[in-house]
This record gives sequence, C-alpha cells and structure tokens, in this order.
Amino acid sequence: MLKTFKLGGIHPEENKISKNSPIEEIEAPETAYILMNQNLGAPSVPVVSKGDKVKIGQLIAKGEAFISAFVHSPVSGTVAAVDTHVDATGYKRTAIIINKEGDEWVDGVDLSDKLNSKITASKEEILEIIKDSGIVGLGGATFPAHVKLMVPKDKKAEYLIVNGVECEPYLTSDYRLMLEKADEIVVGVRLLMKALDVPKAIIAIENNKPDAIEHMKNKTVSYPEILIEALKVKYPQGAEKQLIYSLLKREVPSGKLPIEVGCVVQNIGTTFAVYEAVQKNKPLIERIVTVTGKKVKKPSNFKVRIGTPVSTLIEKVGGIPEGSGKVISGGPMMGKSLADLNTPVVKGTSGIVIFDEKESKRNVTYNCIRCARCTDVCPMGLQPYLLSNAVENNAWDIAEKNKVMDCIECGSCHYTCPSNRPLVDNLRIGKAKVGEIIRNRKN
Amino acid sequence: MMNLLTVSGSPHIHGNQNVKKIMWQVVLALMPAMLVSFWYFGLSAILLTVISVTGAVVVEYLIAKFLLKTTPTVGDGSAVITGLLLAFNVPSSLPWWEMLIGVTFAIGVAKMAYGGLGKNPFNPAIAGRIFMLVSFPVDMTTWPKPGLPFNTLNFSVDGLTGPTSLGILKERVGENISSISAQLPDYMTMFIGEKGGSLGEVSAAAIILGGLFLLFRRIISWHIPISFLLSAFVFAGILYLVDDTQYINPMFHLLAGGLMLGAFFMATDMVTSPMSKTGQIVFGVGCGLLTILIRVWGAYPEGVSFAILIMNAFTPLINKMFKPKSFGR
Ligand code: SF4
Ligand code: SF4
Repeated sequence: MLKTFKLGGIHPEENKISKNSPIEEIEAPETAYILMNQNLGAPSVPVVSKGDKVKIGQLIAKGEAFISAFVHSPVSGTVAAVDTHVDATGYKRTAIIINKEGDEWVDGVDLSDKLNSKITASKEEILEIIKDSGIVGLGGATFPAHVKLMVPKDKKAEYLIVNGVECEPYLTSDYRLMLEKADEIVVGVRLLMKALDVPKAIIAIENNKPDAIEHMKNKTVSYPEILIEALKVKYPQGAEKQLIYSLLKREVPSGKLPIEVGCVVQNIGTTFAVYEAVQKNKPLIERIVTVTGKKVKKPSNFKVRIGTPVSTLIEKVGGIPEGSGKVISGGPMMGKSLADLNTPVVKGTSGIVIFDEKESKRNVTYNCIRCARCTDVCPMGLQPYLLSNAVENNAWDIAEKNKVMDCIECGSCHYTCPSNRPLVDNLRIGKAKVGEIIRNRKN
Repeated sequence: MMNLLTVSGSPHIHGNQNVKKIMWQVVLALMPAMLVSFWYFGLSAILLTVISVTGAVVVEYLIAKFLLKTTPTVGDGSAVITGLLLAFNVPSSLPWWEMLIGVTFAIGVAKMAYGGLGKNPFNPAIAGRIFMLVSFPVDMTTWPKPGLPFNTLNFSVDGLTGPTSLGILKERVGENISSISAQLPDYMTMFIGEKGGSLGEVSAAAIILGGLFLLFRRIISWHIPISFLLSAFVFAGILYLVDDTQYINPMFHLLAGGLMLGAFFMATDMVTSPMSKTGQIVFGVGCGLLTILIRVWGAYPEGVSFAILIMNAFTPLINKMFKPKSFGR
C-alpha cells in the first residue's frame, strides 16, 4: 500500500500531456515586467530607478520586511520605468520594467552546465546566499525559502521534505526537472540539509511518475540519508500538511507551521534554485513553466526568464488555439484564470494551462442538497457547505468557529459538489474577512 | 480575444457528478420496485404511480413559477423521486384523489414551503405519507392482496383485501407467536414479494437490487442503510431471544413492511439525513430502534415512516454533535 493522507482527497483527470516535452530554454524577453509582489508576505522594494543600467542577476528590489524576498534583474538593459503592471489577479501592481539590451551577466556567475557537487559553503553561508538570491517556494505558494529555513530556537528540524509530488493536473515542470536535473537537485537537497542541520531528507513523488521515482532513486543510491518515497496519486497530495501526514503520519496542528512537527518542506524547483544559487552563484531569475492545454499545438516545458509576458509563452506553443475560453496561471485546481495575457511570469508561475470554451464554463449552480460530498473530500476535515453558507449569511463567528482559516483552498470541495456551489470563492471571502477580524482583535 | 477570456475562481475543473445525474439515478434505482408493484397490483398501481409522479412534478412547477417566482427546476428529478416514493407507500386501492392530495401536501408543504430542494427538513415523501395516514386512516390501511398478475383490473377490490403481515401481528398482540405464524407468509415469499402491503414494499428483493445499484454508484453510502437494518435486526433479535413466544423472529421484521424501502431509499435522502459518517450511523441506528419500538409497542403496525420522520427532526442536532474529524486538532 502506497502512503497517502488520511482525510478526503479527490482524483481529477491527470492530463499530463506535456510530460514528454524536454525543457526548452527560451530567449529573454525584449521587455521584462518584474512584479514586486512575487512572494508571499510584504512586496519587495525597488532599489533601481528609471534610466538605470542593469545586468542580468543584479539586485533590483529588496525584501525589507521579515517575510519578503529579494528580486534580481532577469535581463540586461535599461530600466524603462518603475511603475505598475497587471498581475495574475488582474490588478495593477508595482513593477520594474526593463528594456533588454545585450546579454550581460553580473560578475561571478558560473554559467557552465558543469555539475558542481562539492559543497564548500558553511551552514550560515548557505542561508545567506539563499536569502540574497531571492529564492521563494516555486511550487506556487511563494513563501520565501530563507524564512522557512530559519528554525525557531525552541524547535528542531528533523526532516527536510522535498516536494516532487506535483499533484495538480496538467503541470509537468517539476517532473521534467527531476528527469533532467536530478544531480543538481540532489546537491540542492544536500545544501538544504546542511542549512537545516537535519539528518534525513525525503523526496516525495506521486506514483504516476514512475520514471522520475526510478531516476531519483538511482541518483541517490550513494546518499542513504536521502530517501525517495512514492506516494499514492491523490489530490492534494502536494499540500504541505497532507504531504507531511502521508510521509510521517504527523499532523501539523491547526494554525501552525510544519516545523511544529519537525519538518521543513521545500519544492523540487526550489531545491534546484538553491543549487544554482549556492554552487553557481546564480540568483533566481528564471524558472521552468509548463505551457499546455488539450488543444494546444505543442504542449511544452520552458525555461523562462521571470518577467516574460504570458502571451510570449503562448506564442511559443503555437498561439492561442481557436475557441479557447480560459487561460490559467498555475494548475486547474488552484491556479488563477487570467484576464490579461500581458501578465508576466513570476517566481511562482508553475504553468500556463489553456482551456477551450467548453472546459471554461462553470456548470449550473443548484441549491445545496446536503449530500456531504464536500465534507467527505475536504483534506482538512472542514464542512465546506456550512462555511460557505456562513459566508453567504455574513455569519463570520460561525465561519471562524468552524475553522474557515484552516482551509487550504485546494478546491476539492467545489470540484466534487454536484450542485456546483461556488464553495472556494466563498471560503476565500470568509478567510479574508475572518482573518481581518482576528488581526483586529489582536491589535 | 483577450477580453473574451473567462475569469473565475479556482478550481477550474469539475468532477462528473451533478444533481440531475444523481436524482435520475435514484429514479432508475426505483424502477425494479415499481415494475414489481405493477406486476402485482396491476392497473391501479400504474394509475396511482402516474398520478403521484405527475402530480409531484406539476405541483412543484406551479409553486416554483407562480408562488415562489423562481425558475422551476423540476427537471432535476427530485420531484419524480418524491412522487414515486409516495406512490410506493400507499395501498393499491387508494382513491386517486387521495393520492393527489397526498402528493400535493408532500411537495407543496413539506418541500416547497421550505424553499424547495435542499431546504426541507423532512423527507417530503414521508411527510406526505404520514399526512395521508392521518387524513385517510381507513383507506390508507386497507390492503388488497397482491395476486398474479393484473387481478385488480377492477378498482373495487373489496373481496380481496386482507391485513398485512405486520397488521396480523399487531391485531393479535398478546397471543403466542407460534399460533400467529401459520398465517404469516414464509420468508422466501416475503423476500421475493407476494404479500399484502403498500405498492413499493412487496418485494424486498427489488428494493435491495435498487439499493445495491445506488451503493455501487456511490450515490448513497452504506452507513445509513446498514446501521438501520442492523440495529432493527439486533433490537428485534434481542426481544426474540428474551421471549420467543411474545416476539417474532427478527428476520420477519427485516422483510416485512417498508423497512427495506425506508432503509435504502427514504432514510438515505441526502437533504434530511446527517452529513458526517458517524452522524449517519447514529441516524440509522435511531431509525432502526424506533421502527421496532413502534412496531412492537406503538399504536401502528408499521413504524418505518414515523421512525425516519422523528430522526429527520434530530438531524440538525446530530450534525452539531458529530462533525467530521478535522485535521490538526
Ligand atoms: S457537496 Fe455541494 S451539495 Fe453536497 S453538501 Fe456540499 S455544498 Fe451541498
Ligand atoms: S478548498 Fe478548503 S474547504 Fe474546500 S476541500 Fe479544500 S481545504 Fe477543504
């Protein structure tokens, strides 16, 4: 029996149609739009201004708050503006806009493909470099990596968990990375283990990627402290708390972080970025993005500079197919549908999924028939129908009492609801409102 | 192109289940029992079923359209289910106009007055049945005997009536069971179906067939039917063990009357039963115990409807007490 989590879960169609497309590097955009809200927490603060010349990899924005991240230039050229640009939510946010000129990197970056597996940096140095390189969780949640690695004094990290689950349908960027950059990932894992001072690491992969599991196993034979674990295919297997439960049967208490149960979780892509930062001196200026969809001519996995407009990526796969109705940034379960294809790739962009019109439409909504399917599939053990009702009636106390804040927005409830209730929409409203109430109470 | 894109919240994909599909599968699951009732009770059964189902659909349509002024959703199939179930719960000799009044009450009062599908606290078919039992006590408890086939082409069935098995048991309470047993049908007959009773109850086998279909399609889970049947069986079994001259074999209770129909099709009504699995088991056990309690000591020979109705009333409380286990607490 493969390991899995205990409560709820669903199994949507996998649709990993881009899985056999090797990662393809695409050239830097002529104009890069670099958003300042690429990480969870406080937005980064620009340190360049209009007219400045920048090189690739140069620091252009600082994370000043505790939970924030640095941002580096993905292209060389001139800062055209520090202005606003549309992000995935459809709102305009602060952005640094750079016109590309030439291809000039900052000094000291090792651009060769040669594997550098010798770890010389100390624990402190590794942490410092990760922070300075602007690495955030690349799975989509974009929590700054260095913050996760700062274990509070009274806690102890026992396990590093590397999330290679990629349970979202369609997405294959982590999968391709595991197949093509396994050696680098292993070094990244060792770096993170050193930074955390943990004796064990587990790389978790869903069982629908047998070749990735096999490959990672082969690459780690000489590292007994790194374990590869195949997990049952069940969404949301890659959600942090579910993943920890699946692997270790430990439950992260409500409202707490994984370190509470001795774990730190980092995504596969993040691990690779850590390798590049520490061993190659290369800050986070690019990432792997899956661009796919059932009607897409050439479903692909690209290595893309941050700041590249989504429209450019879509051109690369043969343009928007006839009759498309929706473009999703991220996976279909948790991604955001884009209103504007000028939205740039950010650190958290794991994929772009294009749906045709039929797939884009939401089904008709019926009354809740109290069938309890939503509670059956909720991996957090919540009662989505009840929370959603509470939100519709502005009953914030009921929403809070029934743990609306525990919702991880995985979408399983809405996915399974036969009445097609807009449960997650409501839960998000509930979380925002109740979160605000809780904060006000504290102040 | 760009402003033609749909923007909506996640998730962007949806499972393949919807209300309509669920309801029509329940209708499908009711077909074996319906056909058996047509076979045994002939034209009158067909007539009552047609009246009940059409009545349910029409009443719901009219109320939605003219009273509530909403878009009628009769196509979802839930009114058809109520119509079928209510017809299943009456004797074949029931006058057609009583059927019509009953179904009007079921849909109009028990369902639509609360706001329609999903909002009703009581199972409409059960509410309708109890309303009819109270309003037309004699007609609702006069049972034509089933015979093979189409023996009741004439609608005056006087010469053919007889008490149901449960009725016999109730009438002769106090007598030694063994003297009554001779008058009761054997279990095999009860299982296959040839006994007095309401239209849809005569064949346990047909109902189980439909129930298995629902279980197999995951429209219902085992929790309510199994806990209902098992608790009724165990409770009746304890009584039987205590005194088998007073209390009948528990097997009889399982096969008699509306227990099967209630357990698979009425108690499992999603709208009026608890949400959590533990809650559903509590609900099922409550139904089972109350059924036997009413059958053995109550005023009515049959207890299934009352039992479910009472448990429906407890559903909100059960929902409060038995929540799903939450993560990390
Ligand atoms: S799944 Fe939908 S219909 Fe069923 S209880 Fe939840 S919200 Fe209601
Ligand atoms: S979105 Fe929230 S409420 Fe819905 S299933 Fe996921 S965790 Fe549960």
